[in-house]
Amino acid sequence: MITLEKRPQPSRTWTFLAPVAAVLLTMIVGGAMFALLGTDPVAAIRTIFWDPLFNPQFASYSRPQLLVKAGPLILIAIGLSLGFRAGVWNIGAEGQYIMGAICGAGAGLMFYPSESVLIFPLMILAGALGGWAWAMIPAFFKTRFGTNEILVSLMLVYVAESILASVSSGLLRNPEGRGFPGSRNFQQWDAGANRDLVAGTGMHWGVVAAFIAVILAYVLLTRHIQGFNIRLSGEAPRAARFSGVNPARVVIFCLGTAGALAGLAGLFEVSGPAGQISIDFNSGYGFTAIIVAFLGRLHPVGILLAGLLMALTYIGGELAQLMLSVPGASIQLFQGMLLFFLLGVDVFTNYRLRIGKREAA
Amino acid sequence: MDFGSISLVLLVASVMVSATPILLAAIGEMVVERSGVLNLGVEGMMITGAVVGFAVGVNTGSAWPGFAAAALASAVLSLTFGVLTQLFLSNQVATGLGLTLFGLGLSALIGKPYEGMKSPTLPKLDLGPLSDIPVLGRMVFSHDLMVYLSLALVAAVWAFLKFTRAGLILRAAGENHDAAHALGYKVVRIRLAAIAFGGACAGLGGAYLSLVRVPQWTEGMTAGAGWIALAIVVFASWRPWWVLVGAYLFGGVTVLQLNLQAAGAQVPVAILSASPYLVTILVLVVISARGVHGAPASLGRPFHASQ
Repeated sequence: MITLEKRPQPSRTWTFLAPVAAVLLTMIVGGAMFALLGTDPVAAIRTIFWDPLFNPQFASYSRPQLLVKAGPLILIAIGLSLGFRAGVWNIGAEGQYIMGAICGAGAGLMFYPSESVLIFPLMILAGALGGWAWAMIPAFFKTRFGTNEILVSLMLVYVAESILASVSSGLLRNPEGRGFPGSRNFQQWDAGANRDLVAGTGMHWGVVAAFIAVILAYVLLTRHIQGFNIRLSGEAPRAARFSGVNPARVVIFCLGTAGALAGLAGLFEVSGPAGQISIDFNSGYGFTAIIVAFLGRLHPVGILLAGLLMALTYIGGELAQLMLSVPGASIQLFQGMLLFFLLGVDVFTNYRLRIGKREAA
Repeated sequence: MDFGSISLVLLVASVMVSATPILLAAIGEMVVERSGVLNLGVEGMMITGAVVGFAVGVNTGSAWPGFAAAALASAVLSLTFGVLTQLFLSNQVATGLGLTLFGLGLSALIGKPYEGMKSPTLPKLDLGPLSDIPVLGRMVFSHDLMVYLSLALVAAVWAFLKFTRAGLILRAAGENHDAAHALGYKVVRIRLAAIAFGGACAGLGGAYLSLVRVPQWTEGMTAGAGWIALAIVVFASWRPWWVLVGAYLFGGVTVLQLNLQAAGAQVPVAILSASPYLVTILVLVVISARGVHGAPASLGRPFHASQ
């Protein structure tokens, strides 16, 4: 008889081992899935995890893409992880990302074709504000009425998507675009463009912001009272209240930070890699970032690594689509599987397997 | 604007059809939550049901095997959530989210070859004299069998929870799992059964969407219906007949906004197409502001027999 026995303290070894084990399990089961689809599993796994970085033919293109894709994922996941630690389940980052992009792009385009150096900072500010404001909606309802933030934040993703559809063919449409939906392209406007800081590395302002967010989050969680309060609220809500932590302020702080960071990610994406507001410029980063946050163990450094790994699956997935004609959706499945395995393996962090008869309680 | 083109009879009839998928998913999720488990994976199970139902429907040439396969597939999928949360004691919120992301990926993969195909659909029932009643007949007595089955399911769930011993045990597990365990009930087994039932219901709802309501397969076609089903359970304060009210109310909003769009109402399309989600938010806020919750006391709390 195999039973689970609760550990007195979470195992440190398994905290590190679980994500690695989850990645390995995903590779094995994912490989089996590719075999079922009629693709050579070894080739598929190598194309996804190895070729983007080390294949001489593709690496020069795909290495910079790693940062381009990891930047927004890390930025959003850092914000989400604060909330997840505090038991605030913001799963509407996708909506905050979209609203940040719309507000930031809109603020910039108001001044088109000015070439002032103030335009890009203004866009950054507006982007963060847009995402923050969108996250404040569930925060307000949660703190004022106790409304479930999971459902409200998620519903707002669909609202944001219909606003996006509306502005990209209305308010923000490029007047010189011959009636096609989509805004002006920021890559053709120096004042509003978010270009590579060092050409050909993929290192744009969004990636810089992501690295700064990692450092600040690390300091917040390990050195600052607010970070301690966040952790306390999640791990022992009652103790937090007795020690004078205001739950409403934690909710507002966590949702606000997550919203602002997601908004920033949206703005950097729309002014950089995506180039313009269009009906489908958002590519689900807000949802993938949830996986990144968990895979990184809600720890800033872990999220940095998880973000890079998840970016790799995106790029490798595209490569596998191109080279092995693997269906694009299989990568999405791959990422979902990764989260599943992680959550499953995670049992060993808090519990110990005991084989043999259960001792009398 | 031409409101005259919106006929009340057709409106009510289409409300019943558009509410059925959400009703099925919501009543299943309600049972899951009454057993004390919060499964946020409804969206993922629904879309898996939609694609499996559609694929089997196309391949067998009949809708019924599609429904059966959808229920089975989603129940199996929900059991992965069940195993993770009940046996491996993973976080229910995170695992539910994972189930949704996984289901969306899985369905996109399975559904690729079926895009743009036509499926067999369900015939409208001929209820004889009932269908011939002048107005009422076309409104409520001229639907396919699934619409009536979903209503029967609500009644069955209500009776099960209220009058049967098994229903009482399920509620006990949801209200206080430690007490239920101390009385000798197998909490984990009860919850796994509830999760599988919820999965099967979500699968049926998804299949109704792809086989009857639309009827076609497009990627991501549930478009938040599973999440709305979750909201409806909250709206209903975990009571079966209120789930029915919530689902039909929501179906009404969906149909009305579609009709208003078609009639060319002077309201921006963005607001109209976002209205189902805005209404859901509004309802959630009103319900929580009233302060009447009635959530099962053990909802979302993990259960481990050693504690």
